[in-house]
Amino acid sequence: MSNSCGHSHNDGEKHTLSVNNLSVAYRKELVLKDISLEAQCGRCLALVGPNGAGKSTLLKAICGLVKRRSGNILWSGKDALKCRDGEFAYLPQHDEVNWDFPISVRGVVEMGRYPQLGAMKKFGESDRVAVQQALELMEMDGELARRQISELSGGQKQRAFIARAVAQQAHVLLLDEPFTGLDHDHSANLARLLRRLASEDRLVLASHHDLGTLSEIFDDVMIMNQEVIASGTCSEVVTKENLGSAFTHNVNE
Amino acid sequence: MSEILDIISMPFFKRALVAAALIGFTNGFVSGFVLLRRSALSLSALSHTMLPGIVSVVLITGVLTQLGAFVGSMIAALIVGLASIMVSRGSKIPQGTALAIFYTTAIALGRIMLEYVATGEDLESWLFGSILSVGDSDLYVFFGIAGITLLGSTLFMRPILLTLFEPSVAVVQGVPVRLVNYFLFTLMVMALMASFQAVGAVLSIGLLVVPGAIMAMFTNRTRWLFWGGGLVGATGGVTAVLLSVIFNIPTGPAIVVVLGGLFLIAYITGPNSGFRRSLTVKST
Repeated sequence: MSNSCGHSHNDGEKHTLSVNNLSVAYRKELVLKDISLEAQCGRCLALVGPNGAGKSTLLKAICGLVKRRSGNILWSGKDALKCRDGEFAYLPQHDEVNWDFPISVRGVVEMGRYPQLGAMKKFGESDRVAVQQALELMEMDGELARRQISELSGGQKQRAFIARAVAQQAHVLLLDEPFTGLDHDHSANLARLLRRLASEDRLVLASHHDLGTLSEIFDDVMIMNQEVIASGTCSEVVTKENLGSAFTHNVNE
Repeated sequence: MSEILDIISMPFFKRALVAAALIGFTNGFVSGFVLLRRSALSLSALSHTMLPGIVSVVLITGVLTQLGAFVGSMIAALIVGLASIMVSRGSKIPQGTALAIFYTTAIALGRIMLEYVATGEDLESWLFGSILSVGDSDLYVFFGIAGITLLGSTLFMRPILLTLFEPSVAVVQGVPVRLVNYFLFTLMVMALMASFQAVGAVLSIGLLVVPGAIMAMFTNRTRWLFWGGGLVGATGGVTAVLLSVIFNIPTGPAIVVVLGGLFLIAYITGPNSGFRRSLTVKST
């Protein structure tokens, strides 16, 4: 099996991300109830559900950015909170970015190399190659790479941040609505990229709202609305019944 | 003219020039972080809060030392910072308003407490600085602060920038974000303490905000915010000290006025300023 994510797979054994009975509360209100999920590297998994279903919160919980009330999250058998070595790449919805930050697109993508470089190591040839490759994959190379991030359109910003996640060469990619703002061609391009990342034995976990493209891009899907409604392969799970049950559920109950 | 030359050749004046360069550089360098962090308002609150903090320490211990000043300002800053967070969480008052209430109260309280510590000229120097009276030991402290700032931020520039840019992603990438934030906070407090002596409690925030803002009008490179800011702070400080002797005006306010003037020029001429942009839009 290919070894491109930098980890040897023991006898072809797959790494597994497992979320077990996870509950998360904001203040006193439960936003995730008893979520369990299993995903293997080499797969693309979509999180689907209405607004307020807790998709972003689930991704944040896996990243260790929100406190769990109960349950655990394991990656290859060890607590995901201890995976702070670049194993996970995270694409948030960028509401906390300072858009006036004086930095070029290339500079942003170079930030993706931190796990390899740490504070001190010199930015080397392999880093330069990884950054260039990520820029090309997201069609952000050339003139666009030299632009300041303040000069980008919404879709271009999104592509720059995806490129940063790709440049990290992480084993697990946790992407919060990665298709936001992308036009038709760039959506198709991103879909191809996600398939490629999975074929390199990485695990892609993304929240997604376009039910039409779901089965073209993703292998597996978890339909959720604060709790798991259904999960499995796309063909098994994407049924009218499941979707109806997720999207008509009263969120404010 | 010869009078001015006499003053300039005096040891106290040379010390003042060195102090202005060191303090200006440190504050200018750190002002880049303040800009990227968008924390000018809370630092302004912090700088005003330092006055009652330091005065309290002087009242309790009877002497003014750098260490005492540091501890006093830290404690006062923590009290005001935590209190403003608590108030804004527990009520409908935005944190900016809560901060403004606390820091104006703090500086008013500090001024009242000063009655028991200083009088006359001394009072003026607490509020508006006394860079002409720095001693040799002060210079060593300023030098040390400049050294720590430069060394620390050069070594840890990468994790610092990642933290400032997008902390959630930085955490996942393994950046010790909390530690970096504590480090930045310490740098800012040390820079404020140095400028406290130069320009006093009321004006110290100016040195820690203006140079970075000036650089932002000219550069698109993060690195230049810091090094350029340091350069602007140092030259601005030294120029102002010289001007203050030539025109016989108070030094602390002169430093801030020079920096403010430079900012105005930067705003009018800088390629990144909205002013230039709005002119070009109109003419095309």
